[in-house]
Amino acid sequence: MSEFIDVVFNINNVTATIRMAVPIALAAMGGAFSERSGVVNIGLEGMMLTGAFCGVFGCQITGNPWLGVLFAIIGGGLVGAIHAVLTVGLKADHVVTGVGINILSSGTTTWLMQVIWKRKGTSDLVRGLGTWSVPGLRDVPILGTILGTHSPLVYICFLLIILGWVLMFKTPLGLRIRMTGEHPEAADTVGINVNAIRYFCVILSGSLAGLGGAYLSLAQLNWFSKDMSAGRGYMALAACIFGGWNPLKGLGASFLFSFTDAIQMRMQTSKMRIATELVQMIPYVLTILILAGAVVRSRPPQALGEHYESGHVSK
Amino acid sequence: MYAIRMENITKRFGNVVANDNVSFAAAPGEIHCLLGENGAGKSTLMRILFGLYRQDSGSIYINDNPVTISGPRDAISLGIGMVHQHFMLAEQLTVTENIVAGCEPRKNGLLDYEKARQDILEVSERYGLRVDPDAKVEDISVGQQQRVEIIKALMRGAEVLILDEPTAVLTPPEVSELFTVMRALSESGTTIIFITHKLKETMEISHSVTVLRDGKKVGTVSTEDATPESLVEMMVGRSLPVHDDCRMPPREAIALELKDISVSGRKGSRARLDNVNLDVRFGEILGIAGVDGNGQLELEEVVCGLRRPSKGRIIMSGQDLTGLDTRRIRDKGVAYIPSDRLRRGMVGSLSLSRNSVLGMHHHSYFSQRGVLLEDIIEKHAEEIIKKYDVRAESVHQPMGSLSGGNQQKMVVGRELTRPHSVVIACQPTRGLDVGAAYYIREQILDSRNKGKAVLLISAELDEILELSDRIAIIYEGQVVDVRPTGQFTERELGLLMTGERNGV
Repeated sequence: MSEFIDVVFNINNVTATIRMAVPIALAAMGGAFSERSGVVNIGLEGMMLTGAFCGVFGCQITGNPWLGVLFAIIGGGLVGAIHAVLTVGLKADHVVTGVGINILSSGTTTWLMQVIWKRKGTSDLVRGLGTWSVPGLRDVPILGTILGTHSPLVYICFLLIILGWVLMFKTPLGLRIRMTGEHPEAADTVGINVNAIRYFCVILSGSLAGLGGAYLSLAQLNWFSKDMSAGRGYMALAACIFGGWNPLKGLGASFLFSFTDAIQMRMQTSKMRIATELVQMIPYVLTILILAGAVVRSRPPQALGEHYESGHVSK
Repeated sequence: MYAIRMENITKRFGNVVANDNVSFAAAPGEIHCLLGENGAGKSTLMRILFGLYRQDSGSIYINDNPVTISGPRDAISLGIGMVHQHFMLAEQLTVTENIVAGCEPRKNGLLDYEKARQDILEVSERYGLRVDPDAKVEDISVGQQQRVEIIKALMRGAEVLILDEPTAVLTPPEVSELFTVMRALSESGTTIIFITHKLKETMEISHSVTVLRDGKKVGTVSTEDATPESLVEMMVGRSLPVHDDCRMPPREAIALELKDISVSGRKGSRARLDNVNLDVRFGEILGIAGVDGNGQLELEEVVCGLRRPSKGRIIMSGQDLTGLDTRRIRDKGVAYIPSDRLRRGMVGSLSLSRNSVLGMHHHSYFSQRGVLLEDIIEKHAEEIIKKYDVRAESVHQPMGSLSGGNQQKMVVGRELTRPHSVVIACQPTRGLDVGAAYYIREQILDSRNKGKAVLLISAELDEILELSDRIAIIYEGQVVDVRPTGQFTERELGLLMTGERNGV
């Protein structure tokens, strides 16, 4: 029992929770923007994976991990653009397209990895982003352990999420996005360009998921490995829904997921006699349980998943 | 000078000509009614003016200047505002957010909510359009939502305001409030185009009337020179006689009785139906009047066995039907015209012949050993089509391809040809044009005249008044009053429907 308590209530867990929440929270915010504008984005997984790949690739050819991050943002955004063209422009089914994006990303990144690095499982090592220590904060007891030293992307992530929240709820553009996802006809009849808003949001969601991917490959590790997003894009979608399509609440939901992930990892290394496979299941089972509970209560944007064409206002 | 002038507008959708060389003009400050049946092309014409559709030919002038309108944005910048029949409001956003979206006041790049609120309150006070700027749209009444839509248009500088069937969703007191606002706007110089098919309202509010029929303009008249009869003739192309009133007197025997029927709401909220007691006699129509959403749907569902009452009993001709399923209840002799035709009255993708036996397909007359008898069913469908004047090409065509009026005639035909002693008619003429509605009402009266008991649930007060022998008023799930039709004034009905018992 004391072993269990030690595994769950450990200050290192909190630090790990923060660390592991970053990619999920970023992609969850992406999901929030995409879905608030009315486009279902199950392709976050593929966008994140592409971001992870592009990050390492960019870093490899430029030698600069920050340019790698830029590559990841652009790469994720491009995959987002594919999703946008298919769903908004060509009016394909959002879920089918998203699943297609995920399969495409998995296949493309694995293939390109073999072409570029001539290896099947992982890429070469590249220069990672390293860590930042916040002077002053790092010396505060407990808080310093938790927040004092992290990858720069952790701090950037928190900043972005606050900015994303402001954008969504405090600016004219945010209002237009929410209006578009709730009632595209209403948006259209007050002169809001529904398609432009949707393109913007879906591409933004791809970039955010791509940044989350770069965090995996340039901050947590410094190489790319096959399918390294490992379902985090789906968790992000779950966090997005659980967080009520709100970037800040999505961050909270991400903490919950990453906390169980942190426990899971500690359990594997502890002396507790539980099958590793069962322990590894915990975050995923939690995702299912939370969604089953949360989907009933949460109300998605009303026009989520619906196509809209101007000039065909229903009678 | 005209505030707005549309000349020789033609608009086709595929093979259908929605507007055929229509010209229309409205003077500044005028309240101009655009009158016509459903499908006459009124909304199409106004959607062209608002930029939602593009005309195939014809031109538009604002204050005598030719203009091109290629989208709502153009229309708005030319001072045209439109309040759509189905409100263009996002339910989960607040009143303020809905009003300012697209023309947001800004401060330092952020949305200036305080300024937005002030602007809204100012417009709201100037024209008597009461709204709560901080409420979520889903929490306010339909009447308030309409005011939000009007403010939305006015805040964008609308000098021409198009109102598409604005009174369809309002209670009588809300209608008179809307008319007050319209008069105030008209006096301040706003031109109002009022799309409707209601004659009474046209006569009451408008300065002039343009009538459309089958996509063509019939004419424009000054309201002073028009009578309801002359307008009907322009709309329908013929005059409609008063319904034949030859009938059997109601019998004493009670056909359908509801005893203490309650339907509980979701946990914590109030009951959807609260101790409802009603009885309908053979040979009479009992009309249920009320604002939509006060328990009518629950009443319909309970009587037809689609929903179980949490309390109370339903008795038909002495038999207790409580708890029976819909099929058994219908087999006891209930003809049911559902309020939602598309969802419950028909299957759009099935043929007319299949639809003509829905709910009766299991009777030994139409099927044997689980196999449908196609010939007999087709003949049955043909009879309904003939007897109920359904305009259809063949019994094999999918029901969804018929117009709303013909679909409803088919549903009514199916229900009234099955053996029955009780008719449950729910919103029987919703969304139908004057001609089809007239026909359906005649069928309902005919049923009553033959001695059937009719429970009529309708949100159209005029329909209730025209058809019912007695009226029960439903408000928040309770029956607040039942009297013979002649014993209510329209004002009393309006007050009772909105829960103002004290005014009566």
